Amino acid sequence: MVDFGGWDMPVNYGSQIEEHHAVRRDAGIFDVSHMCVIDARGPRVREFFSKLIANDVAKLTQSGKALYSCMLNEAGGVIDDLIVYFLTESWFRVVVNAGTRDKDLAWMRGIAPQFGVELTERTDLAMLAVQGPNARAKVAELLPAEHRDAALALDVFFGRELGPWFVARTGYTGEDGFEIMLPTGEAARVWRALNEHGVKSAGLGARDTLRLEAAMNLYGNDMDEGQNPLESGLSWTVSFENPARDFIGRKALESLKAAGLQKKFVALLLEDRGVLRGHQKVIVAGQPDGEITSGTFSPTMEKSIALARVPRSTGAAVQVDVRGKLLNARVVKAPFVRHGKILVS
Amino acid sequence: MSNIPADLKYTKSHEWVRTLANGNVEVGITDHAQAALGDLVFVDVPEAGKSLGAGDSFAVVESVKAASDVYAPIAGTVVEGNSGLGSQPELINSEPYGAGWIMRLKPGGAPSGLLSAAEYQALLDAEG
Repeated sequence: MVDFGGWDMPVNYGSQIEEHHAVRRDAGIFDVSHMCVIDARGPRVREFFSKLIANDVAKLTQSGKALYSCMLNEAGGVIDDLIVYFLTESWFRVVVNAGTRDKDLAWMRGIAPQFGVELTERTDLAMLAVQGPNARAKVAELLPAEHRDAALALDVFFGRELGPWFVARTGYTGEDGFEIMLPTGEAARVWRALNEHGVKSAGLGARDTLRLEAAMNLYGNDMDEGQNPLESGLSWTVSFENPARDFIGRKALESLKAAGLQKKFVALLLEDRGVLRGHQKVIVAGQPDGEITSGTFSPTMEKSIALARVPRSTGAAVQVDVRGKLLNARVVKAPFVRHGKILVS
Repeated sequence: MSNIPADLKYTKSHEWVRTLANGNVEVGITDHAQAALGDLVFVDVPEAGKSLGAGDSFAVVESVKAASDVYAPIAGTVVEGNSGLGSQPELINSEPYGAGWIMRLKPGGAPSGLLSAAEYQALLDAEG
């Protein structure tokens, strides 16, 4: 067990690699109750999020649709990354990280009053992520008959209430699956029932190797308040399209773009033997100007992979200082693995 | 419970030492150490001929979670690194005291400060 944002969480239940493979090949379950669920209510809630986050909630036109985004400070630094669900014009739900809960809530509460938005932390809800090619079918087996079809009909990146549960077709593994918010008192029973349906318990360790293979960022490793989303591989989550939308951090990002970005965020595949880890230096043109933000051994590829922030001019070949040895790595197109398939050769 | 064979010697840094018939010693990491590291994915073994002082780092074992140094229990000269670990680092998980050995060493002097199985067990008990 490790401390994770004040929560005692298991790194692994048994073999971390077996937990990883279970998610890629069948189904695994993660307890992600540490994630902080906040309901935002009020007639101007859409306006609130339009100001608060870098992605544009105008993209959310259908009830239940989710959007991934960063919440930025005025300097364009990333306060947190989050998922926001549009439920009604007066009710959005947002899920933020555990380690950033206090500062996120304080930041959001500083802005909400301008829009008459009321924020309620849903500490009454647990969250289970059931992920893998067979995950949705196995969850459906546990649902009451009247909710089964509705759950299976959910499109990718949509969520909806089904009785006391909120079921969303989202995740952090690069596999299909559900994230389920449910009353805390039900979580242990549902966990055991899923185990009995062949869904393997998986810990934080497998969650990290799965998300890295899927090239999904981890807050605190890959970006933080000292980094902007444009140099963190998150440009796709920033919407400049509507010139009238004055989201927090916009001016700073536009100045950075006008001045010319210095860094870029890349995926690396280690060609030599070894394991890339966070904070190792990436050597580009003889200079240690890049840094690995997350690195691991990919159980699916049986090679080491990483995400790194490197100079804009970086080409296809780099070296990484791994415990004093210079190892060869290659810049590749992310993600490494998706839906059980290796995408990098 | 960790497996701690009675016929081996141990270090406080969780290596084991087996004296071979020809006087050389075989070194690996303990069952406790492999369990704490988790699934091993990479081992950097030493090359034959390398000279080591007692307490020198002679290998790196990496699990999915972390990298750890392995330290020489005794001074000496490396006779052989276990090349089998290159393709099968998981042998350290499955057979820490057997096929998962890491190096064989020609001792440069008499070993000192090694722990018996009972002393190593007491160390693990104290670490909780």
